[in-house]
Amino acid sequence: MTMRTFRIWRGDATGGEFKTYKQETGEGMVVLDVIHRIQAEQANDMAVRWNCKAGKCGSCSMEINGKPKLACMTRMNLYHPDETITCQPVKTFPIQKDLASDVSWNYEQNKKIQPFTPKPRDPDGKYRMSQADVDRVQEFRKCIECFLCQDVCHVLRDHERHDAFVGPRFLIRLASLDMHPLDTADRIPKIKEEYGSGFCNITRCCTEVCPEHIGITDNGIIPLKERVVDRFYDPIMMLKRKLFGGC
Amino acid sequence: MVDVSELQTVEHDILVIGAGGAGLRAAVECAQSGKNTAVICKSLLGKAHTVMAEGGMAAALGNVDARDNWKVHFRDTMRGSKFLSTWRMAELHAKNAPERVNELEEWGAVFDRTQDGLINQRNFGGHRYPRLAHVGDRTGLEMIRTLQDYGVHQGMEVYMECKALDLLLDADGRIAGVLCLWRDSGRFLLVKTRAVILATGGGGRCWRVTSNSWEYTGDGYDLAYQAGAELMDMEFTQFHPTGMVWPPSVRGTLVTEGVRGEGGILLNNKNERFMFNYIPDRFKSETADTIEEAEKWLQGVDGARRPPELLTRDVVARAILAEVKAGRGSPQGGAFLDIANRRDADFIKRKLPSMYHQFRELAEVDITREAMQVGPTLHYFMGGIRVDSDSQQTRVPGLFACGECSAGMHGANRLGGNSLSDLLVFGHLAGQGAVTYTNEDSGAPPAIDDEQVVRCIRFATDILNREEGTNPYLLHDKIQDIMGEHVGIVRTGEDLSRGVDLLEKLQEDVQQVKAHGASQFNAGWHEALDLRPMMLTSESVARAALLREESRGAHTRLDFEGEQENWGQVNIVIRKGDEGMEVEKINRPEPPEALASIAFASIEDLESGKVNS
Repeated sequence: MTMRTFRIWRGDATGGEFKTYKQETGEGMVVLDVIHRIQAEQANDMAVRWNCKAGKCGSCSMEINGKPKLACMTRMNLYHPDETITCQPVKTFPIQKDLASDVSWNYEQNKKIQPFTPKPRDPDGKYRMSQADVDRVQEFRKCIECFLCQDVCHVLRDHERHDAFVGPRFLIRLASLDMHPLDTADRIPKIKEEYGSGFCNITRCCTEVCPEHIGITDNGIIPLKERVVDRFYDPIMMLKRKLFGGC
Repeated sequence: MVDVSELQTVEHDILVIGAGGAGLRAAVECAQSGKNTAVICKSLLGKAHTVMAEGGMAAALGNVDARDNWKVHFRDTMRGSKFLSTWRMAELHAKNAPERVNELEEWGAVFDRTQDGLINQRNFGGHRYPRLAHVGDRTGLEMIRTLQDYGVHQGMEVYMECKALDLLLDADGRIAGVLCLWRDSGRFLLVKTRAVILATGGGGRCWRVTSNSWEYTGDGYDLAYQAGAELMDMEFTQFHPTGMVWPPSVRGTLVTEGVRGEGGILLNNKNERFMFNYIPDRFKSETADTIEEAEKWLQGVDGARRPPELLTRDVVARAILAEVKAGRGSPQGGAFLDIANRRDADFIKRKLPSMYHQFRELAEVDITREAMQVGPTLHYFMGGIRVDSDSQQTRVPGLFACGECSAGMHGANRLGGNSLSDLLVFGHLAGQGAVTYTNEDSGAPPAIDDEQVVRCIRFATDILNREEGTNPYLLHDKIQDIMGEHVGIVRTGEDLSRGVDLLEKLQEDVQQVKAHGASQFNAGWHEALDLRPMMLTSESVARAALLREESRGAHTRLDFEGEQENWGQVNIVIRKGDEGMEVEKINRPEPPEALASIAFASIEDLESGKVNS
């Protein structure tokens, strides 16, 4: 057992401060374990979200020593034994209390996305898709909605364009629909206009923090941007549209 | 004094409590039928424990082995349940599961594919054929995300981070509403509704070593019990054989049965495949008795019988425990689960990506190179709220239950993979049941009893307002101590009686629990509010386990070994009496002949068509 020092942000929307806690820790612990001990022994009323404690639900997102992480997957032995560990709520969304931010904006974005629109089943009542065709879609569907990508996206974090850009999480959701072999809807115009794909300038910060290691930028956002470009900015297609109409 | 008219109040036709697979499937059904539907959940949407389900959902699609059909699935389920499932529920489940899986695909789920492009299916314990539709080892995430993304377009309200405190009844005992608490603001919400569907999951948090998250405190059992509904089969708590055993802070976290389904084997510290020594008589004719035969099965050789690692969960969990007790356990007190020497690294990473990730990150173990250490972990409640098989209605008018919090589908032991399909099949039926009920009961809305609301609010706020009292985290610890020690995986009458006594004593402290701080997003207060359901859940399990004097499925009594025929004829039912908890044996109805002939047939007779049904 070793004594560790934690600085945890305590407060709500009206303000707050970092409080320092000393806590005994044991072998193999992750940051969330220590926070739970502090909660049980020193700060009963401290708010922190968690569920699965195995990196599968994406609830315990926070900023640990300035890095957006899942607290349940951040082992204490990543840090030097003397290092103070600072935990604060994800910054891009309004603070609710202590380590919990109000992430409800994300749920509103999801509602705006045109739902999956499948083609009819085969005559025998089944659908057929090859594994190779669904591999990429499955990569995006690994997303656990931890919203760490939303947290680091500078369009949201620094420029606060929550009004015009749905963020990387929902661009890969759109990519998963766009690349779904059974889907028939055309979302490209909305990806450009409503969901704001043009705001992303491919700094790949989102990809770097994804705990599921999804190739958010390269595999999801860039192909979507290419499709938007093909549709709206290809000179030959622009000419064709001018002559024959359509979009 | 609380003025009920000033509470935030909303009105719905149907309120679903819980947003896992069952709750969301039920809510979709209600919303699509035009009902004004709402879902409340203790966490954010999409975080319910369904997300942790790994292996897959069982449905006799017959995509991988065309011999599979609902009858074989039904027979596997009944045998796995040690013939204690409700016959009609096991029938409905086996018949409806394929349609529910196909429907989920139509709503956007992307399952792994066969060579022919169909939904792929994998082997699992107790299932005769490859039957589990899956997505690597994250099938639960696929299910919940599909239902979530589809559900939000069906016109249902979702109240996130909101806890149901009490069901409210009118003067005739019908459901009239639910009193809820917003966890973030600490304010109360009064939901007026004609029907409630409970989909609250189990109560694994009563034990320390559990695969369950913080939400699983038996809320549904408590809500239903207090409202007058009955609980059934509460003694059957499933210990999944393979939970992580190290490091201590993740002890209990689930290791999917898919590891064994994909060829993983269990070894003791003498490097022996010990499961060959634990094959129960009932499964002897269908289980390989030599390593050679088990290897042939893995290679897909026709006629080779299944390896004993894929026996039902109760059998495997007890075997691991016995090996550890005999001194043949792994260094950290479990068994070795080896896939590294069975499959190449690419295969493991493709088929079991979450397991690879989980062990690498949490235990610093590379499962493509070395064996995992695993041991039993409290995983699932077979028992729960007693319901009608077809409508999922309880004996309280307007109250329905589905998914893990309901009883009947799984009897004394659940087969892996039957849970995800259970959620969809009975979520769908509960939705239909509630829709029918609200159609028939369309007169004046049932009246809320203001006094009951005031009582419930006072119960909750007293925890904050009393001057002093016990730390809720400490009380939770004590419940876990009692359950771990006295109501564990193997039980004796003496232990169970002691457990019941200790729980009774603890009750005094629980009633004096004190949460410090304000009402906003106060984790200590929420922990304190979860104590009542945990105490009720613990007491029901202990009392039912004490009454059942035999060993069957997940319930093992050292003082009453083996299954007893007379106990196979009864279920144990629990209800609230005038003087506390009533625990009663009730006779099981005779099975319909057609179903009995399938369940009791030899597999050869069933498949050669000798069984007429």
